[in-house]
Amino acid sequence: MAYTAQDYKKGQPRWCPGCGDHFFLASLHKAMAEIGVAPQDVAVISGIGCSSRLPHYMATYGMNTIHGRAAAIATGCKVANPNLTVWQVSGDGDGLAIGGNHFIHANRRNIDLNMILLNNRIYGLTKGQYSPTSPRGFVSKSSPYGTVEDPFRPAELCFGARGHFFARAVATDAPGTVDILKAAYNHKGSSVCEILQNCVIFNNGTHESVYTKEGRAKNAIYVKHGEPLLFGENNEFGIAQDGFNLKVVEVVDGDWQKAGVLVHDAHCEDNTLQLKLAMMEGPDFPIALGVIRDVEAPTYDESVTAQIEELKAQKKYHSFAELLETNDIWEVK
Amino acid sequence: MSEELEIKELSDVVVRFSGDSGDGMQLAGNIFSTVSATVGNSISTFPDYPADIRAPQGSLTGVSGFQVHIGAGQVFTPGDKCDVLVAMNAAALKTQYKYAKPGAAIIIDTDSFGPKDLEKAAFKSEDYLGEMNIDPDRVIACPLTQMVKDCLQDSGMDAKSMLKCRNMFALGLVCWLFDRDLDIAFNFLKEKFAKKPGLAEANIKVIQAGYDYGHNTHSSVANVYRIETKNKVPGRYMDITGNKATAYGFMAAAEKAGLKLYLGSYPITPATDVLHELSKHKSMGVTTVQCEDEISGCASALGASFAGALAVTSTSGPGICLKSEAMNLAVIMELPLVVLDVQRGGPATGLPTKSEQTDLLQALFGRNGESPMPVMAAQSPTDCFDAAYEASKLALEYMTPVILLTDGYVANGSGALKLPNLDEYPAINPPYVPEELKGTWTPYQRNEKGVRYWAVPGREGFTHILGGLEKDSNTGAISTDPENHNLMTRLRQDKIDKIQVPDLEVVGDKDDADLLIVGFGGTYGHLHAAMDEMRAAGKKVALAHFRYIRPLPANTAEVMKKYPKVVVAEQNMGQLAGYLRMKVDGFVPYQFNQVKGQPFVVEELVKAFNEITNK
Repeated sequence: MAYTAQDYKKGQPRWCPGCGDHFFLASLHKAMAEIGVAPQDVAVISGIGCSSRLPHYMATYGMNTIHGRAAAIATGCKVANPNLTVWQVSGDGDGLAIGGNHFIHANRRNIDLNMILLNNRIYGLTKGQYSPTSPRGFVSKSSPYGTVEDPFRPAELCFGARGHFFARAVATDAPGTVDILKAAYNHKGSSVCEILQNCVIFNNGTHESVYTKEGRAKNAIYVKHGEPLLFGENNEFGIAQDGFNLKVVEVVDGDWQKAGVLVHDAHCEDNTLQLKLAMMEGPDFPIALGVIRDVEAPTYDESVTAQIEELKAQKKYHSFAELLETNDIWEVK
Repeated sequence: MSEELEIKELSDVVVRFSGDSGDGMQLAGNIFSTVSATVGNSISTFPDYPADIRAPQGSLTGVSGFQVHIGAGQVFTPGDKCDVLVAMNAAALKTQYKYAKPGAAIIIDTDSFGPKDLEKAAFKSEDYLGEMNIDPDRVIACPLTQMVKDCLQDSGMDAKSMLKCRNMFALGLVCWLFDRDLDIAFNFLKEKFAKKPGLAEANIKVIQAGYDYGHNTHSSVANVYRIETKNKVPGRYMDITGNKATAYGFMAAAEKAGLKLYLGSYPITPATDVLHELSKHKSMGVTTVQCEDEISGCASALGASFAGALAVTSTSGPGICLKSEAMNLAVIMELPLVVLDVQRGGPATGLPTKSEQTDLLQALFGRNGESPMPVMAAQSPTDCFDAAYEASKLALEYMTPVILLTDGYVANGSGALKLPNLDEYPAINPPYVPEELKGTWTPYQRNEKGVRYWAVPGREGFTHILGGLEKDSNTGAISTDPENHNLMTRLRQDKIDKIQVPDLEVVGDKDDADLLIVGFGGTYGHLHAAMDEMRAAGKKVALAHFRYIRPLPANTAEVMKKYPKVVVAEQNMGQLAGYLRMKVDGFVPYQFNQVKGQPFVVEELVKAFNEITNK
């Protein structure tokens, strides 16, 4: 059966006008329709925060749970019923501050969750405090003189937790977002999608350099497995290796080989260069968008099921009555 | 529940030390009996030397044993069989295991079970436990020789002398298991080796190391605490600890309900054995996830519940604090969840290996907002089976989290369980949303019991969103409407209040008691024994013991007010007494409160209760 975006839509979103969440939600509906898993076989699980309201606008099964625990709750949901397609939606506070522990362990276990991280670098629902992704020195209501701490960079955390899939898109870029959501669905195992999104009220302009199509043309690079890492309005720049680092090189007459431009390998098990790509930022480097890492590995949920099946075949007891008989039993007459 | 009970605890324990004749088993046994005698136990010992004094090391004929029987009352024999067997090598295990009771704890030195040791002891394979049909759960296996060497590496002793101290490590471990005071052992050694202070010091160091090993690994012996019915009905029985019985109860309930069993847990003493037990039974389809923390243990279980499993999370001590947030989410989402709290000494880390009943008020009230959920307490190791089954049934049929309280002693204690026949257990029927409601159903629509229907993901036409925000009772949409919140709060409360639980049973002199003893959970055996003793002395006494604490049995007020005097005896500072006073108008009981981390002592109970009746 073919589905349309409409089949996944429900209710009227209550986010602020212009909020990045609106853009993302539309892309998610579209991606789900293209993926084509029936709404009743989808669970969308969020924590708390502006973006965590998202399940209420889905015509699927779902839960808008408690702060930070979405990944843990999604884990139980997926392990208990591997037939469900599980999307976990969190903001930067929900996913990386209070929920940081669950985020890293879901990645480490490689459980088949599509983990969405809506990163606006601010706490919106509590009215404007800095988040774990706010840059050092960030001025907010709870840091009137600037923060004195360094932020997490989600890719680094994901890779550090042995994550096998990391992709990035800008909320306003619908095709780019739909692409990575579909790739995340197709990847078996935990897949982290970082969505760069604006908070019009408390952190307006945080991803300004890439928030418009024109901005992305200048300041972003779309990475695609097997293709050279080229960017610029006419692909006049590329990313090349420079000792232990990356550098931006000029590509003359389209001869990217001559310029030493790297070909993107999202499937490479070693994440060194993928991490370097993910960590690029302006003004010296473009921001990498698209699927940066996508490596196959055994998933937790499949392994749990396989072990159960293996032991069912191996062991002789499968019912409670049979289990009792495996004990030392005596009789009182 | 009115059967006559027999409690067996430290009052009567047999320990058998066994090893090579050169291993110093006699000395270890002697010190243990001296330590026990010094604290007032009566003792009886039995040295069992090998027939062949010069048998080769590690051989079957060279095993020497020393059996110690200690008891709080008079002990007349060294005991037929032991509750704890210390086997210092493979040959000792082979020859001495026959002296161990079924279910006895076995302490072995894994460093003495190498290929050569096994060969000398005529084992056929490396699976020596399997060959002897010993359940690994009963075995405390430690690399004892290596730890003794490490402990004494700076002592300047040669390797041979060091190895002679192995017996002291085993002794230290046994002292930990039975809570013996090491100072007495230290003094014994100082006197014995008065002329060789270096040797005394080395031995003392090793005893301490053995004791610390027990402490660090939270070692425990199941049969320190046993509750048996005196007159068993005919049937087939197995020995079971409270934790194992709890795990069995969950598996039984899942099978009866036709659901997958999911346990989300994080290791914590003394609840960990439930995780261990359930992790073994994958062939029954059981899924266990050892989570990253207690929070995730509970949260992931709730996710599994949403997905349609019988979901359980197990914990103890501080773990229950960490779970309270997700437990509350289960309250507002009205999803089934069983939370097992094996109570231990608190607050904070408190006394991890000791037992208390101090989590009752937390179970009842320890969450933000109005957060009603059923609370049950298991009253003996074997009752853990029924309690776990009933808790699962309540959770699934009333779409609610349920707290099952056990405690360290019930969990680690053991009893004889009559093999349960699942056909005789009540059916478990979760309120799945009827297919005919498709199209009109909303998530908080309720059945005639006030219970929300369960629509498990995968069912077409029933997609819905649950969550931690208050919902409109009709539409299921987020709502901050004052009247609606007031209504939803009451609906959640009513649902729990209306659960039918069995009436409170009164045993003993139920018609004319002068004193009613009241308790809950794991103190049942002791309170019953205290009542028996008082009645035997001619007093009129009855006992009412709570298994269901929320909701309270319907006849609670009637029972509490029927007798001239009531004493609520509990291992906390009066939590049940306070709760009953809140629930029963004008109820002012006497209280007996003790928080020692140890089970009640029947003698102390009788003394205190007699003082009340004599007032």
